[in-house]
Amino acid sequence: MSGTPALRAEPAEVWITGIGLATSLGEGLDANWDALNAGRINVDEKSFAPYVVHPWTQVNLDTQIPKKGDQRQMEAWQRIGTYAAGLALESAGVKGNKEILGRMDMVIAAGGGERDIRVDTTILNAQAKGNAAPGFLNERLMSDLRPTLFLAQLSNLLAGNIAIVHGVCGTSRTFMGEEVAGVDATRIALARIAAGQSDIALIGGSHNGERKDLMLLYGFGDYNLKDKFAPVWERAEHPGFALGSAGAFLVIESKEHALARGAKPFARLTRVVSDRSPRRKTGEITASLRNLWSGLGELRDGEAIFTGATGAEPVTSEERVFLGEHSGYAVRSTGTRFGHTLDTQFALGLGLAALSISRGSLFPPGDSSGVEIEMSKPPSQIVVVATGHWRGEGMALVEAVS
Amino acid sequence: MTAPRDKFGRPIVVVTGMGVITSLGAGKADNWAKLTAGESGIRTLSRFPIEGLKTTMAGTIDFIPVEPFSSVGLSERLAVLAMEEAIGQAGIGGKGDFPGPLFLAVPPVEIEWPQREELAKGFGTTDFSYDDLLAVCGGGKFGTYHHRFQMGSVADYLAATFGTKGSPISLSTACASGATAIQLGVEAIRRGETDAALCAGTEASVNQEGLVRFSLLSALSTQNVPPQAASKPFSKNRDGFVMAEGAGALVLESYEAATARGAAILGVIAGCGELTDSFHRTRSSPDGKPIIGCMLKTLSDAGMTPEQIDHINAHGTATPENDKMEYQTTSTVFGERARQIPVTSNKSMVGHTISAAGAVEAVFSLLTLEHQRIPPTINYEIPDPTIQFDVVGNKARDARVTAVMSNSFGFGGQNASLILTREPA
Repeated sequence: MSGTPALRAEPAEVWITGIGLATSLGEGLDANWDALNAGRINVDEKSFAPYVVHPWTQVNLDTQIPKKGDQRQMEAWQRIGTYAAGLALESAGVKGNKEILGRMDMVIAAGGGERDIRVDTTILNAQAKGNAAPGFLNERLMSDLRPTLFLAQLSNLLAGNIAIVHGVCGTSRTFMGEEVAGVDATRIALARIAAGQSDIALIGGSHNGERKDLMLLYGFGDYNLKDKFAPVWERAEHPGFALGSAGAFLVIESKEHALARGAKPFARLTRVVSDRSPRRKTGEITASLRNLWSGLGELRDGEAIFTGATGAEPVTSEERVFLGEHSGYAVRSTGTRFGHTLDTQFALGLGLAALSISRGSLFPPGDSSGVEIEMSKPPSQIVVVATGHWRGEGMALVEAVS
Repeated sequence: MTAPRDKFGRPIVVVTGMGVITSLGAGKADNWAKLTAGESGIRTLSRFPIEGLKTTMAGTIDFIPVEPFSSVGLSERLAVLAMEEAIGQAGIGGKGDFPGPLFLAVPPVEIEWPQREELAKGFGTTDFSYDDLLAVCGGGKFGTYHHRFQMGSVADYLAATFGTKGSPISLSTACASGATAIQLGVEAIRRGETDAALCAGTEASVNQEGLVRFSLLSALSTQNVPPQAASKPFSKNRDGFVMAEGAGALVLESYEAATARGAAILGVIAGCGELTDSFHRTRSSPDGKPIIGCMLKTLSDAGMTPEQIDHINAHGTATPENDKMEYQTTSTVFGERARQIPVTSNKSMVGHTISAAGAVEAVFSLLTLEHQRIPPTINYEIPDPTIQFDVVGNKARDARVTAVMSNSFGFGGQNASLILTREPA
């Protein structure tokens, strides 16, 4: 298990002071909050049939990415992320603050590579027609690929675009590796602030689920939800995840740093832990989650758990065993409401947890499976869970600032 | 005995094991012999057809078989070899039981052409759509492709093989990735999270699309003949970098833990620094401030002054822009000394190992400290008069080297520097 260190007698307390959400439910905190409370889910069963997706809510990109030239240099996943990052900076009250942005650390979780499907299909067809002379692929790629497409595919260019558009230019690190990359990016950003290696950081990620190349990748493993939407907890007979499009970013900083600039916290980010279960035998995922839970510190009964459970099997069933051991907690699935956004799902869960704590309530259960129960009191602790569809487990404890 | 903490009260981070594989060969001994002899690992491509390409050479690693071939598979294999060598030298932990986390610099992963073609082969027709591909991709026939092309798959395999602890980190900061992997390990040890870390960079992106992508950005040398002469850092007639494959791995430990177990100390990571450039996706800010700031942060992190640096292992890609900017920024930081400190670019011989470069060049910098001998920058026939570095041109040079600065700069405004020393300060 990897965890936040307690290396000093008093590690810095870390606050979440900014949240940026641009999802299938809308843009900004109010739109997402209202949709969650209304039980609204934005799901599209037709455009990519038989695959189900949670499409991004189109926004006026100009408000966060003013230069059209910048927008053109990005593919959708980068635009979504750069947009959401701008919202987070605005929410934290640091947008345009050159002094702070110039020393802000970025740890981002990213996938990459939106491919040009048309080019890929044309080449594969021509090869099948027997036009595959030596050098055919070279020639097609040299002439058909847009020269700057590569930059829109590179994982670290999400951070690069955020630096260019918003001026976040302290340090920049991009973690890759699906769901748990989002956990580890948060874990290390938190560890650095707690230890005094950093004062303020932008964390998060973005995902475009409306991509057939991703459906192919996950299709190899039969992970895609097909035909009909169902809440994550009601997919046992029909497992899989519906890809979602979302950008989720948070500004986290030491309490001292926040107080000094008069920033208000949404919540405290207390601890982040992650691990890699080998997943050779049934029960190993459940055991890994139990172990991570025990590493979170003092947890009070009757609080809440926000999970990014995917709906894929056998992992979701293993996670349900773990959740069943904490039946007094109000569980909320981000997968049901936003689809699966891989490396972005954990930041999405963190953002919603901090938002729920700051608003003093939880949005209602999302289905009748019994996994998600009502919560009548204001949440003061929310555990955010990420269980990778193939690898990696992680958790965070988000708490009310006392 | 030296105190186990540095002047800032942090645990000193030392290197106790190193491994490297490049187009020059496998292992430190082979690489060092060829590097100091001024040999080039760049050759004309034989892995795939070169018709229609502007650049037809690279520093490929063709002596390591990978079946079925994929770039991600080769990057995994190269990392395994470098890590085996590093862990073997360090003599740390048990077999498959490394006592610390893994930080891996690795190229972003995606489905590759051979696998895409394999999928398309199944059709009897020659007029299929992407939806047709989607319709046949499932059912388990291509199940291994899912795992192979997950971004985390290489680090996952390495974590399982070497028994590193916790969640393995896969990271990219483009051409600075290798340095970032080392920096993450240094920070974890300084925080007291762990006594040891396995930090590595690996790269095997020389496939058709990989080459075309850089070619379309006009980043690559097109001086194909002879391939050995293509990479010309700091020369007036340099025209781009040469793609290359390789891996570098380092076992980092706290000085205290290393000495407690009687490990031989190969060097010290005295300082790390990074600073983002927000000017442009591929170009540096014309004033060079982010790179200058990166070097200054690194000096400050090491608690050192420019006077204490006696060798620079340059990023030195041989693109017209990089080498010019590197001189301009270095001379701002080092003043007159920028012309006196011996500077070299390993990329003249091994090419640009992109994600691995920071780690590979850290290994070479530590070997330079060990042997007190600086490998040359080959193909330095027509010096660029505007770059007044003391380039170690063409022939290795014996020199007193106590502290090396190793620089890495990448697309996306990524700048990272390391300072490596022989002994704890």
